[in-house]
Amino acid sequence: MNLYTRRKLINTFNMTAAVLTTVVGVMLLSWILIVLIMKGVGAINWTIFTEMTPPPGSAGGLANALVGSLMITMVAVVIGTPIGIMAGTYLAEYGKQSVFAEVVRTINDILLSAPSIIIGVFVYALMVKPMGHFSGWAGAVALAIIVIPVVLRTTENMLSLVPTQMREAAAALGAPKWMVISSVVYKAAIAGMVTGVLLAVARITGETAPLLFTALNNQFWSTDMNDSMANLPVVIFQFAMSPYDDWRELAWAAALLITTLVLVMNILARVLLPENKTR
Amino acid sequence: MSSTNTGVLNEVKSVAPINRSKLSFVLGDVVFKFTALFFALVVLMLLIGIVAMLIQGSLPAFQAFGWGFITGNDWDPVQDIYGAWPSLVGTLVAALIAMLIGLPLSFGIAIFITEMAPQWLKRPVGTAVELLAAVPSIIYGMWGLFFFAPFFAAYIQPGLVAVLGPLPIFGVLFQMPTLGGSSGVSVLTAGIVLAIMVIPFMASVMRDVFEIVPGSLRESAYAMGATTWEVVWNVVLPYTKTGVVGGVMLGLGRALGETMAVTFIIGNASQLGSSLLDPGTTIAAKLANEFNEADGLQMDSLVAMGLILFIITFVVLMLSKLMLMRLAASQEGSKT
Repeated sequence: MNLYTRRKLINTFNMTAAVLTTVVGVMLLSWILIVLIMKGVGAINWTIFTEMTPPPGSAGGLANALVGSLMITMVAVVIGTPIGIMAGTYLAEYGKQSVFAEVVRTINDILLSAPSIIIGVFVYALMVKPMGHFSGWAGAVALAIIVIPVVLRTTENMLSLVPTQMREAAAALGAPKWMVISSVVYKAAIAGMVTGVLLAVARITGETAPLLFTALNNQFWSTDMNDSMANLPVVIFQFAMSPYDDWRELAWAAALLITTLVLVMNILARVLLPENKTR
Repeated sequence: MSSTNTGVLNEVKSVAPINRSKLSFVLGDVVFKFTALFFALVVLMLLIGIVAMLIQGSLPAFQAFGWGFITGNDWDPVQDIYGAWPSLVGTLVAALIAMLIGLPLSFGIAIFITEMAPQWLKRPVGTAVELLAAVPSIIYGMWGLFFFAPFFAAYIQPGLVAVLGPLPIFGVLFQMPTLGGSSGVSVLTAGIVLAIMVIPFMASVMRDVFEIVPGSLRESAYAMGATTWEVVWNVVLPYTKTGVVGGVMLGLGRALGETMAVTFIIGNASQLGSSLLDPGTTIAAKLANEFNEADGLQMDSLVAMGLILFIITFVVLMLSKLMLMRLAASQEGSKT
């Protein structure tokens, strides 16, 4: 076999392998999605939105978990977004390349990739233990800690994409810096910043680990954030691991709901931001 | 001519009052800047708080067991003896399996997207991969427990045991499970599901760094008569290797800290089996399972394991940042 044929053979082999890996990857991932849709669609009906999570062995819905998840997520976003946006503003507009800004940037990366269960442990020690009981507030704080680094990073990236000339033009008109930032830079970067918040919401919608030790679960209807609160991820975890068929059905329904929500939010974020510049 | 002059004058007049309220402008600036600074400090305090809490919470465990806590094999709430070894090894082994399987697969996918796919296919496949990185991990866990593990036990496990089991040294890793029966729940299946979870993640990082390779470099290599593989192996990969390693490290960090998917599939055995087909546990899974019911020394030991996990992911992240920074630096160097 001469060198030429050997090179061609190696090339064909490796390229075929690349195509095969893509096929395997796509097949595995479609397997997951197909399973989810088949199991989930069969389990979804109206009672899911109207009835409470049932005791084992009987039918029911997910109404309390849906409301709980909604409330916890909303509070988490309300707490986390301003912190993330302001800290991101500081890095992009004031700190820039200073040592302090670099330190905060690195710390943000650490928070971004910290195992979410550690954040659950942290909030447990911070809130659940001193208060003496699990609570929706604690769950919201845990999720807010996950929101902050995501929003911070996208905010900083989006602000630094705004051309300096715009800032200079506004400053030349006599606007003070805070006005330049709030009414010129923010306006130019708003689509990207909203995308960041959307991605953060998508991220926390499926987060389970930090809620296990904070919001826990609640079998009953409760809108009291000061008490343990039902939420979809923990319900999925408990119901899927249980031996009861009714519970498992509900877990699949909740899983389909959550995944659909997360994917829709991700697609929305993509539509808002045609060029992929989130990194 | 004169009319434009007065126009300018009028504008100057209308700007003048702003100067008078300069104080409020300066005040606004100060307030805004310090609010921003304050929230940047909040981020800093968060990390300090997390580290301080982990260290403080784990002190009793380290005082009770010393460094032996890390190498301790037992986890016995009845006698109050705790060791992190089985969970630590489980964490590392599951992540290693995830990397061994996930790395070649995501490399192949990235090559396919950047070098082979026709233009119309690039975006859909790329987007699909990125969207799948967003699927919550608990979904992977459910799929793994109810579909993949039984499938694995029925079709793949017997073959693995028959083929790899008799091998001299590695054979011991592929013995029929003694602890968990044949449900397919094991360290190996957990590692495989972790691999599937991190593939979208690593593949999209690799695709991004492959795309920064200047077209002229690729084209020169092709013009010399290089095959696609030779371009990938001798041009693209050397140019992006630090970026690739950085991306892999990020994936590794995710695999190490992943909780829900693993908790579903690994079987949560507190003993370390010799075979990869035995059930095991990881630090994150152990925390998820026992934290709420624990108190006293058991709780402290769990927090101590959390500290160990945090340190491991911290080191991995720092290494990946270092790699990505070196890639950025070399890119700037080649530009000038």
